[in-house]
Amino acid sequence: MPNLKDLRVRIDSVKSTQKITSAMKMVAAAKLRRAQESAEAARPYAMRMENMLGSLAGSLGSFEGAPKLLSGSGSEQTHLLVPFTANRGLCGGFNGSIVRRVRDITLSLKGDEKTVKILCVGRKGHDVLRREFPAEVIDSIEDLGKRHVEYSEAVDVADKVTELFHAGEFDICTIIFNRFQSAMTQIVTPQQLIPFIPADIDEDGTKIDSGPKPVYIFEPEEESILDSLLPRNLAVQVFQALLESSASEHGARMTAMDSATRNAGDMIDNLTLTYNRTRQAFITKELIEIISGAEAL
Amino acid sequence: MADMVQFELVSPERLIKAQEVEMVVIPGAEGDLGVLPGHSLLIAQMRPGVIDIHKDGKVDEQIFVASGFCEICPDRCVVLAEGAIAVNDIDKFAVEERLKLASSEIDESELRISEAMLAAISS
Repeated sequence: MPNLKDLRVRIDSVKSTQKITSAMKMVAAAKLRRAQESAEAARPYAMRMENMLGSLAGSLGSFEGAPKLLSGSGSEQTHLLVPFTANRGLCGGFNGSIVRRVRDITLSLKGDEKTVKILCVGRKGHDVLRREFPAEVIDSIEDLGKRHVEYSEAVDVADKVTELFHAGEFDICTIIFNRFQSAMTQIVTPQQLIPFIPADIDEDGTKIDSGPKPVYIFEPEEESILDSLLPRNLAVQVFQALLESSASEHGARMTAMDSATRNAGDMIDNLTLTYNRTRQAFITKELIEIISGAEAL
Repeated sequence: MADMVQFELVSPERLIKAQEVEMVVIPGAEGDLGVLPGHSLLIAQMRPGVIDIHKDGKVDEQIFVASGFCEICPDRCVVLAEGAIAVNDIDKFAVEERLKLASSEIDESELRISEAMLAAISS
C-alpha cells in the first residue's frame, strides 16, 4: 500500500509543475500573438521582393557576368544548410522536426557524393547537430531574437552567408525553418537562397503561369539594381524566416505547455483518488483493529 | 484600359497601402516618375523622397520613403519601401536631431535621408 506522506509529496510536486507549465503557456500565448502579427505583416514584403527579383531575373535571362548571388557559382558540389531552431527547449516537436529534416537532407546529399556544410541558427539545433555531424557543422549563430526579432539581426546572418559565399565556401545555400501556419501546426520549409530561384507560387498559393517573361525597363541599369537588390533580398528572406520561426516557436511552446498542464491535471486527479482511497483504507483498518481488540476482551 | 492603377506600398514591417489611384509620382533614383495607367514595364530604384498620390487632378496624399524599389506594370505599381512615413506625421524636431547626429558622424545615407525628410515637410 502506498505511503500517505509520499502521496502528499507527489501531489504537491505535480501541482507546482502544473503551475509552471500553465504560466509558461500564458507567456507563450502573449508572445505568440505579437510574433504572429509581425510574421504575417511582413509576408507581403518578402513575397513581393521575391516576385520583383523573379521578374528581374526572368527578363534578364542568362546574360554573361550576372552577379554570382543570382546565377550561382556554376557548380553544385558544396551545399550550405542553415537550420533555424529555438534557443530554448520545452516547445514540443519544434526543434526536433527541423533537426530531423536537416538530417534527412544531409544524408541524402552525402549519398549523392556532395559536400555538406551546416551553419546553425539557434542553440538547440546546434547542440544536437554538433554531436551528430561534427565535421559538417561549421559554425552557429545564437542569441538571436531574445525579445523580438530585429531586422539588423537578419542582416548579420545574411552578411555572414554572403561572406562565406564570396569566399567560395559553398555553391548552394538552403535555409530550413518552421513556417507558421497556426498555433498547432508549423510546416518545416526548406528554401533555397543562393542561387536565387524565382518563386512560382503566388500569394494565394496559386501557380503563376510561366509563359514568356515580359521585358522590363530598368532605371538605373540592371547591374546596379541587382547589386543592391540581391543582398537586400537575402536579408529580407532571412528576416522573414526568423519571424516565422519565432512565431512557430511560441505556437509550439503554447501547445506543448497546454497539453502538459492538462496531463498534470489528470495526474493530480489520479493521485488524489489514490490518496483518498488509501486514507479510507487506513481508517477502516484502524477501526477493525480497535473493534476486534474490544471484542477479544 | 482601366483608368486606375492598383498602387501598393509595402514596408518590411507591413503592407501600408493597397488602393486604386489615378496617378502616383515616385521619387526614382534618376528623377521623378509619374505612373499613370498603361505605363510600360519598369523596375526602378528609389531615392529618399516623397511619393505623391493624386486624386481628382490634385495631390491627395504624400508619403515619405527613405529608400527602396518599385515595380511598375501597366495596371499595377508596387513600391517596396524602407522607412515609409506619411509626410504629415514627420516630426520636424526629431528629424533635425537626426540630421545633427548624421552630420557629426558623417553618415552619408542618413544625411541624405534626413535632408530629404526636412525638404518634404517644408515644401
